[in-house]
Amino acid sequence: MAKYLLLKHYRGAPAPKNDIPMGEWKPAEVDAHIKFMNDFAEQLERNGEFVDAQALSPDGVWVRYDGEGKAPVTDGPFAETKDLIAGWMVIDVDSHDRALELAAQLSAAPGANGEPIHEWLEVRPFMNERPNVTD
Amino acid sequence: MDGIELRELVPRVLSVLVRRGAGFATAEDAVQEALIKALSAWEREAPADPTGWLVTVAWRSFLDMTRSATARRDREVRFDAEPPAGAVPSVDDTLGLYFLCAHPDLSSSSAVALTLRAVGGLTTRQIAQAYLVPEATMAQRISRAKRTVSEAGVEGPGDVRTVMRILYLVFNEGYSGDIDLAAEAIRLTRQLAATLDDPEVQGLLALMLLHHARRRSRTRADGSIVPLAEQDRDQWDTELIAEGIDIAQAALARDQLGQYQAQAAIAALHADATRVEETDWVQIVEWYDELLRFADTPIVRLNRAVAVGEADGAPAGLAALTEIDGDVLRRDAVAAYLHERNGDLELAARLYAVAARNAPNLAERDHQTRQAARLNELLQRR
Repeated sequence: MAKYLLLKHYRGAPAPKNDIPMGEWKPAEVDAHIKFMNDFAEQLERNGEFVDAQALSPDGVWVRYDGEGKAPVTDGPFAETKDLIAGWMVIDVDSHDRALELAAQLSAAPGANGEPIHEWLEVRPFMNERPNVTD
Repeated sequence: MDGIELRELVPRVLSVLVRRGAGFATAEDAVQEALIKALSAWEREAPADPTGWLVTVAWRSFLDMTRSATARRDREVRFDAEPPAGAVPSVDDTLGLYFLCAHPDLSSSSAVALTLRAVGGLTTRQIAQAYLVPEATMAQRISRAKRTVSEAGVEGPGDVRTVMRILYLVFNEGYSGDIDLAAEAIRLTRQLAATLDDPEVQGLLALMLLHHARRRSRTRADGSIVPLAEQDRDQWDTELIAEGIDIAQAALARDQLGQYQAQAAIAALHADATRVEETDWVQIVEWYDELLRFADTPIVRLNRAVAVGEADGAPAGLAALTEIDGDVLRRDAVAAYLHERNGDLELAARLYAVAARNAPNLAERDHQTRQAARLNELLQRR
């Protein structure tokens, strides 16, 4: 089994095919989308592939150390052009192909006009391959 | 014997150990060990004298811990493992435990954790699950909290306002995992109200009961939010409401108003209305004005603006909203609602979309997104 992070972006990902903001969808389309997301997570749990899912607020700042006794330096909120993560899902799956398959399923979530959004998701393998101890 | 009955014994057993001279921090660890043993040993049958069983097992654990601690100290020549004798907190009853666990030197999260363990009788694992943190993290938080309490010591009877704030925080956490924190907060507040004669504690208990009575109607099966006006009032727990109203009225009759009693009065007025149209908004606004005297916070002002909008019309509500800063959480949602009531659907739709963007959780984000979508559909049909 291997863990993968599926990252969803508010901004910074290539534009999806069905790119209409959620606030402009019809109520039934919003409902269908929310139901799809809930069902997807439940299905992963039933499969034994779900680890974690979290959504992030769009508010955020950069911060860094500014020397002894000084308050941290902050920069933000993020500029409109900045890549911005919306949330993630961590899955534990048998293969890289399975991770891609699940990400594609998630990307098919219905959006405006009931059509799949075709949203781009970032798939990142965890760096937790066992160390080689056979040398 | 169920888990709750067992939990009720925990503060009593802890008090016995402390009365026998055990330091609070170690005694509390010993009781936790006994509790965990009881949870498995009593699964099939509880002993004839559960309290006696727990005291015996906890005392044995305490002696073991003290012996190994003494041995380690002797080996390492360390003397800082135990607090100086003079600063050892004296805890001789459950009320004292409430004060100790809500010690003013503790952060809220530490006080919550310590209260749930030492007074509530929950295991570290249960608390960790309820707050969605690793068990090791919660264990560290609790042992640091005990160190802080031991070092600070206890003077005077403690501050009941801090205790109430901590209990209300637990109540508002709701439930996740297998522990119902709202129900647990009610149990602990009930116990506090039985120990301490204070109309504000009664007010807090009434407030919790009245909110809890409506819990089932507040969310749909899929987790989505049902606003107060749309709730199925047949689902409200009338027994809890009756109890809450009785307690609130008895407290208010004593004429020592405070913020929890004022909030309970508002909750009682909502609970009293069998249909949303029957809500006495004028009286609710009056209670919000009272509440402002005790707790002038943006949240109270925001809720007051909603009530003013219902009592005197949307323009009055919008006027009340102007005195609240733009960055106050959920202000956009309230503004959207009031503008919709005022007939400005385009502005309302835009504000619902902003409210969705700034929502503090997914359920509220979904709710506000649905509101925006509903209005946009209406506007397109025009």
